[in-house]
Amino acid sequence: MKADIVIVGGGPAGLAAAISAAKEDKSLDILILERDNELGGILNQCIHNGFGLHTFNEELTGPEYAARFEEQLDGLGIRYMLGTMVLDVSSGSVTAINSKEGVFKVNCGAVVLCMGCRERPRGALNIPGLRPAGVFTAGTAQRLVNIEGYMPGREVVILGSGDIGLIMARRMTLEGAKVKCVCELMPYSGGLKRNIVQCLDDFNIPLLLSHTVIDIKGKERVTSVVIAEVDERSKPIPGTEQEIACDTLLLSCGLIPENELSRSAGVEINPSTNGPVVNESFETSIPGVFACGNVLHVHDLVDYVSEESGRAGRSAARFVKNKATAEGPVIKIRNGNGVRYTVPSFVRVNELSDDLVIRFRSGNVYKDSYIKVLFDGETKLSRRKPIITPGEMEQVILKKEDLANTPSEILIEIAER
Amino acid sequence: MKSSYDIIIIGSGVTGCAIARELSRYECSCLVLEKDEDVCTGTSKANSGIVHAGYDAKTGSLKARMNIRGNMLMTSLCEELDIPFKRIGSLVVCTDEANRKGISELCARGIANGVPDMKILEKDEIREIEPNISDDVVCALYAPTAGIICPFRLNIALAECASQNGVDFKFNCEVTDVSKLGDEWIVETSSGSFECQAVINCAGTHADEIHNMVSDKKFHITPRRGDYMLLDRSLDGFVKHVIFPQPTAMGKGILVTPTVHGNTLVGPTAVDIESRDEAPVTADGLSKVQEGAIKNVKGLPLKQVITGFSGLRAHEDGGEFILEEAEGCKGFFDCVGIESPGLTACPAIGEYMALKIAESLSLKFKKFWNGICKDVVKPFELSEEERAALIKEHPEYGRIICRCETITEGEIIDAIRRPLGAKSLDGVKRRTRAGMGRCQGGFCSPRVMDILSRELNMPLDKVTKSGGGSKIILGRTKNEG
Repeated sequence: MKADIVIVGGGPAGLAAAISAAKEDKSLDILILERDNELGGILNQCIHNGFGLHTFNEELTGPEYAARFEEQLDGLGIRYMLGTMVLDVSSGSVTAINSKEGVFKVNCGAVVLCMGCRERPRGALNIPGLRPAGVFTAGTAQRLVNIEGYMPGREVVILGSGDIGLIMARRMTLEGAKVKCVCELMPYSGGLKRNIVQCLDDFNIPLLLSHTVIDIKGKERVTSVVIAEVDERSKPIPGTEQEIACDTLLLSCGLIPENELSRSAGVEINPSTNGPVVNESFETSIPGVFACGNVLHVHDLVDYVSEESGRAGRSAARFVKNKATAEGPVIKIRNGNGVRYTVPSFVRVNELSDDLVIRFRSGNVYKDSYIKVLFDGETKLSRRKPIITPGEMEQVILKKEDLANTPSEILIEIAER
Repeated sequence: MKSSYDIIIIGSGVTGCAIARELSRYECSCLVLEKDEDVCTGTSKANSGIVHAGYDAKTGSLKARMNIRGNMLMTSLCEELDIPFKRIGSLVVCTDEANRKGISELCARGIANGVPDMKILEKDEIREIEPNISDDVVCALYAPTAGIICPFRLNIALAECASQNGVDFKFNCEVTDVSKLGDEWIVETSSGSFECQAVINCAGTHADEIHNMVSDKKFHITPRRGDYMLLDRSLDGFVKHVIFPQPTAMGKGILVTPTVHGNTLVGPTAVDIESRDEAPVTADGLSKVQEGAIKNVKGLPLKQVITGFSGLRAHEDGGEFILEEAEGCKGFFDCVGIESPGLTACPAIGEYMALKIAESLSLKFKKFWNGICKDVVKPFELSEEERAALIKEHPEYGRIICRCETITEGEIIDAIRRPLGAKSLDGVKRRTRAGMGRCQGGFCSPRVMDILSRELNMPLDKVTKSGGGSKIILGRTKNEG
């Protein structure tokens, strides 16, 4: 089998990448390989609204947002195969399996990695206790409720204040369950402020910061969990234990980009994002292999996924057309104080077609501080922010002409007052 | 199902199923009773999966004899029953010059027990075969006959083979009383009463309770809990051998080992507890496991943990396997105190006990017996041509259900449909590995539930994690009525 560009994954990132690649060059043969039985990825189970404010200036649900992109595929002649799981990626080919073709290889000019991310399960969190039924990641529970129409529980404790956990606190409440509390290990929430307000505050669900689950009870089904307050080193404080009767524990404790394929292909991974190291074109360390969406770094808003993936798709299309390796100066982007990572990690100035968007997350909560950009040690940009939290992605936009002087490095930092 | 048998085995762990398979060679009717919904749900489901070489147990003890014989039998058994098994060798590591003597003593005991080809390796030799060994290592006892095995498949395959040769199994059937009526034994259970000529007590952590129902010479079992951590398969090759610390009175200590499926396993601790059925993982246990692991293996990335679990050993006060007809109870046979090296010893225990019982009941061999039993078809272990042909004929082998372990729908259907097939998520997991990977079923469990519901013709809300009251969903959402 052959294609010009193979897109691994048909979620929001894959769809946006495919569409923009096709728009860049209509003659390209683009193939999306999707492991699920429908396109749209995790958006299909996100039936709440709030998607698309930046992209469409309106509030859509997840399936509606996905549909806006899916509708464009036919018109652009983009092919897709469902129920197809990619087993192996290399520069120039992709190996996949489905029930019709068996195991097959697609030779291609470029690959765009859009595999998304997964939730950290109980086992990875070292939560003590028994192993009864009734412990779910928030996303698994979301699928059961929103797609299958079943209730995973009636009395719920949620560990972790990631966005899916917050959304599920509201969703379970609306379906008649009692959400007893949301515990968060850190002294701040990992989710969007708007989700704390709309999903917890509006329903009087307590958010217990600096708290964790220290025991799960019940041999067959969860009967209770024990929670405790933690100290600055995240260690439970003796004497603060509370046993909360419940039949269900939902976990929303972080998302991990699914980079098993990238790793085995030899793509260089950034340990801070668990996603590939990319340049301004979203190209990984392997020429012709691009990455975007949550497999690259975990986003807070799907609108940013779509925008970045559009850039990745365009870059892949250009790569297929030009083939030439870029020459010219490379600027390194470094993390300064408070900045956990940046995407991209470096910029090839000659490859920039428009302004450069650098996205990043902070490592802590900063109040009334500045985001600063330094070119070779000299402050180029300084923006005051009332609050910066790890739960919300930040960005700086640098004009192409500003980069024309090609500093050797750009440093992004958070400066406190 | 009938209520009268020649032989009833209580417990379907590795010991019970190994004996059942051996007895299925003979002309007799045999029933295995299990209190849980599946085989391999007690001690056999949560252990290190190690085939021990046999230097630990006291020379002349049943533990030592059964270990050595079990280890010897394992190669052919695993071939016959399609059980993943690798003889990767073990290292008992000494990290303190003052304890070197302990290593020589262990070696001498191994030689006396009949363990072949052992040697004591010095620091540099160990480094060569195990690059990530601790810098503190002084010397180690190397035993090449030690190995790693899939404990689930070992148990399940023994049961499947027994079943295909006519042994009956009854699940969710807890034994409440055993008594003698004339020449017959009456076994009362939560689902009716059974009679038989011989009872074999393989009840694991409950074996003393069963024994004490019939015998005046009482036993006492202490459930000994052990915590483990299972690390991601991406660490495959970090250690190449089973790495033990020097043993203590509480057991063999915290080991670090590859598993047959390419994970790295660390553990167990050893803590005596009250409950015979509940083994909670503890924070203290996990931190001891971590400390123990890094003592022998440097730089082990413990952050790559994908799950923690805990198992129970059935420690009898005497610390020895009890494999005998109970005193004054003709026809009542005990397999009590089967703690480590029970997994290794099970083929030998099966052989030893079956012979005793066959003699006692004057059983004759069957004319035809089939000792071969293949595992679930695994498309990724086939050649390209075979796999293509399989998917062409059965498209479900091209549909991936578990992403992390690359398990297809075909394998899950096979695991459910085969004799003594899976009935729950954990049953599917132990037979196929679906849900055993790094996302721990986050993606695949709703899909596996759908397949179980369809194949077993039961509503989705009746599907359980592991039988009994372990229901996964608690009803419909409002709008679904």
